[in-house]
Amino acid sequence: MIKVEGLTKRYARNIAVDNISFEVQKGEVVGFLGPNGAGKTTTMRVLTCFMPPTYGTASVAGFDVQQNPMEVKRRIGYLPESPPLYPDMEVVEYLDFVGRIKGIPSADLPKRIDEVMEKCAIGDVRKKLIGKLSKGYRQRVGLAQAILHNPDVLILDEPTSGLDPHQIIETRDLIKGLAGAHTIILSTHILPEVEQICEKVIIIAKGKLVATDTVENLTSRLRGSETVAIEVLATDLAAVQSRLEQVAGVSRVIPKESKDGRLHFTVESLEGRHIRPGLAKAVIDGGWSLNELHGMALSLEAIFLELTASHKEPVTAALQEVVKEDIADAAGSLDKGEEESK
Amino acid sequence: MNTLTICNKELQSYFRSPIAYTVIALWALIGGFFFYFGLSFFVQRSMESAMTGQAFPMDINEWIVRPLLSNVNVVALFLIPMITMRLFAEEKRSGTIELLMTSPINDWEIVLGKWLAAVGLYSIMLFVSVLHMAILFRYGSPDWRPLAVGYLGLLLQGGCLLAIGTFVSTCTSNQIVAGAIGFAISLLLFVLNWVSEFGSSVTERVIGYFSVQQHFESFSKGVIDSKDIIFYVTMIALGLFLTSRSLESVRWRA
Repeated sequence: MIKVEGLTKRYARNIAVDNISFEVQKGEVVGFLGPNGAGKTTTMRVLTCFMPPTYGTASVAGFDVQQNPMEVKRRIGYLPESPPLYPDMEVVEYLDFVGRIKGIPSADLPKRIDEVMEKCAIGDVRKKLIGKLSKGYRQRVGLAQAILHNPDVLILDEPTSGLDPHQIIETRDLIKGLAGAHTIILSTHILPEVEQICEKVIIIAKGKLVATDTVENLTSRLRGSETVAIEVLATDLAAVQSRLEQVAGVSRVIPKESKDGRLHFTVESLEGRHIRPGLAKAVIDGGWSLNELHGMALSLEAIFLELTASHKEPVTAALQEVVKEDIADAAGSLDKGEEESK
Repeated sequence: MNTLTICNKELQSYFRSPIAYTVIALWALIGGFFFYFGLSFFVQRSMESAMTGQAFPMDINEWIVRPLLSNVNVVALFLIPMITMRLFAEEKRSGTIELLMTSPINDWEIVLGKWLAAVGLYSIMLFVSVLHMAILFRYGSPDWRPLAVGYLGLLLQGGCLLAIGTFVSTCTSNQIVAGAIGFAISLLLFVLNWVSEFGSSVTERVIGYFSVQQHFESFSKGVIDSKDIIFYVTMIALGLFLTSRSLESVRWRA
């Protein structure tokens, strides 16, 4: 359905997207994962015919974005990062306008508008000014705009960014509901989001393609080893550390800052080993008190380092910089994700 | 069809925001001022001539309509940038330009639609001043033909400056900047004929030829000259052409 070959987008000074190739089959839901500034939006803008590529080609449903932009545009629904809304219009007026410029016959338009309003649950604000809507409603109106002409392909740029956890769940459910009828590409820098919605992941960083894989393969690869944070009430750091290192399946014990007799360690397991029961037992047997023991969520950094390492691709210092900037953001989102699942 | 959709949306947007009301109110206020004093002056002169027994040429067209057209022409010059400045700048700022440019419509349809909406608001504005003229017809008998030609001139000159203002609006995402630059260009085009008044070399005459005011002069006299019409139509086409090129460059620069 979507085919991208050697796509490169160069701005005056920097390369936003560097020689990216991937394919998306009909009906797939693909997550486009990467830190901010990785080139996600640029790639999407090329696919939606908003901007032409510097080199390379991209095609949607067999139509090239440069040779046949009209045919591509007819088949694509696009939700940019900030929904393209006119604040001085009523929701129903806005959808009517969008429907017309998307080429929906005016006879079908009212029915179609009612359908998408129901799908996106915005029927109760149909006569409200868009400028007066809450962020969650705006996002849904944006989504309604994207699916209005029933496009084959949906391109959603960070559809859940800036929403509160409740709205994030709603939006994800909405997108899940759209899967199947549409081929969907959605960009995000939140890992759980990809796990929940997508079947396939395309990971890019610094404009380069890092990995393309199914979510299952990727997570199993990443979940191969376990990282555990442990807090022990004890005074003898070396003794505790050596005891933990002796637990079967432990590959590394990294001491973290400790004070007032609370010792913190990060423990990494060997591939495919569950070490948490062993660690608990070791602490108790050693006569210390186990204060805390929990598995650590995978950070975006871990994924990137893991993937770039396994692909033997050089991880540049710059990339790490970018990733680091993003961690705070991603960590926040992960926390949110955990809250939701509770 | 798409052009009409865009045009319709823009016109509605003018009337949803204070822009349309502000522009029309200012036009009515300042135009009314000029009309009132033009009329008062004319009445005073005619009474004077009646008392002294001197013959006074009682030509309403010559004494009221023509100066009025020239005056409101200057008012229009000030209001036109207010009409055009938001056309593209606002879409660029709010990101809605992405919606337009990823929809299956041509760039020129967007450009033409927006320009037509601007011309539409400008025409509505002109229509308000027709009320003044109606008063003249009620109490006098001016010749309607030069009047109609004068309005045609206003419309053509307006269309030309609106096209240029639309172009300027594509160059920035800041409305104030678009308005200021649009006004500066309009004003320069307006007074460009000064160049040919101070000298008559070929260069100076050519530069002076680009003055929109110079071409308006014959319209205000009630004369339709094909060279003036061709000038305005060409300038409109040029402005719209530049707009669509500039819009395309948004794709490369964005």
